[in-house]
Order: sequence, then structure tokens, then C-alpha cells
Amino acid sequence: MLITLAGAAGAMALRNLVHCALCLVLAFGGLAALYLQLGAEFIGFAQVLVYVGAVAVLIVFAILLTRNSETRVERLSAASVPLGLGIAVLVAGALGGAAWFSGFAPAAAAARPVAGVRSIGERLMTQYVLPLEVLGLLLTAALIGAVIIALKEPGEPG
Amino acid sequence: MSQPLEQLLVRLKDWLVLQCPPAAQGLVAALIPAAAIVAVFASLFALTTLLERKGLGRLQNRLGPNRVGPFGVLQPLADGLKMLIKEDIVPRDADRLVHLLAPVAMVVPVLLAYAVLPFGQRLVAVNFDAGILFFFAAGATTELAVFMAGWSSRNKYSLLGAMRAIAQMISYEVPLILSAMTAVMAAGSLSLVDIVGSQAGYHWGWLPRWHAFTPWGFAGLLLFTIAATAESNRTPFDIPEGESEIIAGHLVEYSGFKYALFFLGEYLGMFAVSGLGITLFLGGWHAPVPALEWVPSVAWFFAKLFGFIFLFIWLRGTLPRLRTDQLMNFAWKFMVPMVLVNLMVTAVWHFTRSWHFSGAGLWRWLVGALLLAGPYLWLGRALAGGRRFGPRSYHYAS
Repeated sequence: MLITLAGAAGAMALRNLVHCALCLVLAFGGLAALYLQLGAEFIGFAQVLVYVGAVAVLIVFAILLTRNSETRVERLSAASVPLGLGIAVLVAGALGGAAWFSGFAPAAAAARPVAGVRSIGERLMTQYVLPLEVLGLLLTAALIGAVIIALKEPGEPG
Repeated sequence: MSQPLEQLLVRLKDWLVLQCPPAAQGLVAALIPAAAIVAVFASLFALTTLLERKGLGRLQNRLGPNRVGPFGVLQPLADGLKMLIKEDIVPRDADRLVHLLAPVAMVVPVLLAYAVLPFGQRLVAVNFDAGILFFFAAGATTELAVFMAGWSSRNKYSLLGAMRAIAQMISYEVPLILSAMTAVMAAGSLSLVDIVGSQAGYHWGWLPRWHAFTPWGFAGLLLFTIAATAESNRTPFDIPEGESEIIAGHLVEYSGFKYALFFLGEYLGMFAVSGLGITLFLGGWHAPVPALEWVPSVAWFFAKLFGFIFLFIWLRGTLPRLRTDQLMNFAWKFMVPMVLVNLMVTAVWHFTRSWHFSGAGLWRWLVGALLLAGPYLWLGRALAGGRRFGPRSYHYAS
């Protein structure tokens, strides 16, 4: 938990962008550790595979290909600190309130469902098949979009 | 059936755990397999550097190292000593922390991946329910280490090399994982111990039930091996560290022990992914004939691993390097469609399980093989760009 928070704080506060990206990777790793502590093996490993393996690499490529990496991020201007604090308090309040007042039954610890891979797979194919298909459609659209953006226009040099 | 060597090793581990005070027993029980894995595979790494240099030397019609010790067997020691005493040069502008962390970030996840491989009948460090996912998750972290290495050197060539290396590794992860999924589909579980268990037994008393002897398993093994060669940046896919191309690509600013750590990480990755291929397709620690089942299962695993290592060395000495665009075309235009066809053939194999007429096995095999051979030939012809490949003519310097 501490590693996750430290990583997230580092991702926001550090001046060198690549260091920020690496702290974000640390935060992802911390999240995976949290999943594993809760006993959700599949999600924990999937988190590492997808976030650290793919999303982090994507972020890093985006940083490298789109900016001159020698520039340092500027210091915060003095006027934006109270505004930032206000927004942070609002967002934290909203998220925390939602988590606090949602219907978690702490007394039902004995009946914890075993989230084995087989049961996840079966539920994905029967109960949650619509979100699965929509996700597939979304990923295909993203892939086609990426290919179209990278495609050379006819007649363009290089 | 009881395997005496494995029982001995498990009893030794239990005895060692009992020697410790009860408070530390859990920790020691977890540390012993980890220490064993590190010890065994690090020495295997040293042995492989020697085998590779001798093997490449013989393939290139020259002797390999033969000065240090008889037949050069002490060469790994000499190499290790050299790496340890070399000056550790870090460029002045380099990002020191990331430069230091990159080799560590390369070796540690790869060592983690060994935890789920079953080396023998009862020799698994951890038996996860989603073992194969853990393996791939640990392997995916390697790409980030490559980027860290390339970025922190503040050298535009090493950055270019790192970008190409990452692009290659990401592209070949798709065929790697999807070809592994065929074995998962056949075994019905993501746990590696279950996958090895589903390959036990023999057809008609002599043909092992390994996945590699089915049409989808054979194609899966080939696709997996190709993707594994690309993932470990071995020739013919070693553009990222080609010695004549971009010198060492993302490793150009590393010297001494850090370079040795990268080298170690790459070879360990090669062993790990070979081990996974053996587990998924070649029956893990099972013996190939019933008459030889008395040989310890660990010995079978390592024999198959040596077979893979020999194959990788052979490929390195024989094939020329692929260009980056040829490599990427191969991954996305050939391997990904073949892997998807392979998944369908696995499904066909699974659903024709209930054919029991005489000759059913042969018919299933033929149907599967034809369903695979069709797209393979068609894709190959289509991607060759209409070039005709005639018989080769060799010109030697006269």
C-alpha cells in the first residue's frame, strides 16, 4: 500500500518525465501486490501483464516520441496550489464517500467466493459476455485506428 | 509412481526446514527452492556461455576457446573474473539511478518466472492456479528494463536500439502467448503442473501423449520456439544487439558487471522460455518411452532443456539476421494469423475427441494437419511477394 502511494506521489511530483513514468510503474506493481494480498491471483498477474507490460511501455513510448525530453517540467505557480488542493479534497471526498457507503458486508468473511480461473472464465462467457464483446470491439477499433494513423498516405514521400 | 531422486530432494528440503526454529520455518521453506533455482540456473548460464562459444566456433569452422583449461572448460571462470574486475563506466550525462536499476530490473523478474516451472515430479517452487499468466507477467517486465537501459544512457543510438528492441519484444509477445494458449486449451487449466499432468501416459503403449505429437501441438511448438527466439533477442532476431549493426544497441554504454548482468538476464530468459516450451508441448518431466521411466524426471527436464539450448546455438550459427522490417512483417503478417489458425485447430481437435471408429486418431491428425498446412502454404506464397526461390548456387572464393 505504501509502495503504491509512494509511487503515485512520485509520478506526480518528480520533475523528469521518465522518472514519473517509472514511479507510475511502481504504483502499478503496488496495485498488483494489493490484488495478490486479497487473494485474487488472476487479476494480480493480469494487472502486471497488462499494465506494466503494455500500458507502461505505451506511456514511455508516448513520452519519448512526442517531446524533447531534455526540458524539465516547470515548478508549480503559486496561484494554482489552493485550487489544486480544493479539487483534490472534492475528488477524495467523492471517491471515499462512494467506497464508504457502498454495501460491503464485513461479516460475510466466511463465505468468500473462490475466484478461480475456471469460474472467471465461465462467468465471462455466460453472464458477462456482452461487456466482453464490447471490449473486443473497442480494442479492434483502437487497433484499426492506430493502423490508419500510421499508414502512409499515397503520394507522401517517406 | 515414486521417483527416488525427487523424494530425496523433497525429504532433504523438509529436513532442512525442520532444523530451523518454528518462527523462521515458513521463510526457509520458501527460500530453499529460490536458492536452488538461482544456483542451478546460474551455473547453467556459465556452462552455456562455454557451449555457445565452442558450438559457434565449430559451426564456423574454427575451434572455440581452448586456452583456459582443457578444451576451454575454465573459460566461464575467466570471463566472470574479467567482468568483475572491469572498470564500471557510466556516461557523465547518464541518469545514474535508472542506469543502475536497469540490469536489476532485467534479472529479477526473469528469476521470478522460474518459480512456476515444474522441474520434476514434485519439484515446483510455487503451484499457482494461474501459473502461466504469472510466467508471462514476469516476462513482460523485461521490456521495461530494456527501455530503462536505452534511455538512461543518454545516447541516441542506444535509444534507437531500445525502441527497436521493445517493438520486437512486444510484437512477438502476441504469438508467444497465443501459441501457449493452445496447450492451455487442451489441458483445461492455467496451472503448469496440470498441463504437465495432462501429458502423462502413452498412446498404444509407446507414443507419449505429449502435446507436440498432435498437429496443433507440433505447429504450436514451432511457433512458440520462433516467438521465444525473438523474445530473447537471439539470432536470427538479434537486431537489438547485433554486433555489426548498432554495436550493442541499448547496452552500448554498459561495461563490466552490469553488462554481465544483462547477459545473464538474457540467457536466463532463454532458459525460462525454453522450460515453458518443454512444459507446454514436450511433456515437461515425462520420459519419452515407458522403458526409461526409472531415469529421474529432473534429468529428463534438463535433457530436453539442453536440446533446446543446442537448437538455439545451432540457429545462431546458421541463420543470417533478419532486418527490422522483415522481422515485424513476419510477426504480424505470418505468425499472428498462423497462431489464430492453430487455436481453431486445437478447438477442432478437442471437439473431435469423441470419434472412436477405427483409424479415428489418424483421421483427426490428418484433418488438423490439413487445416494448418493450407493457410501456411497460402500465407507463405502470398508473403513471398512473387519471388521464385530456385535451388541455391554457392560461390566460393577461388
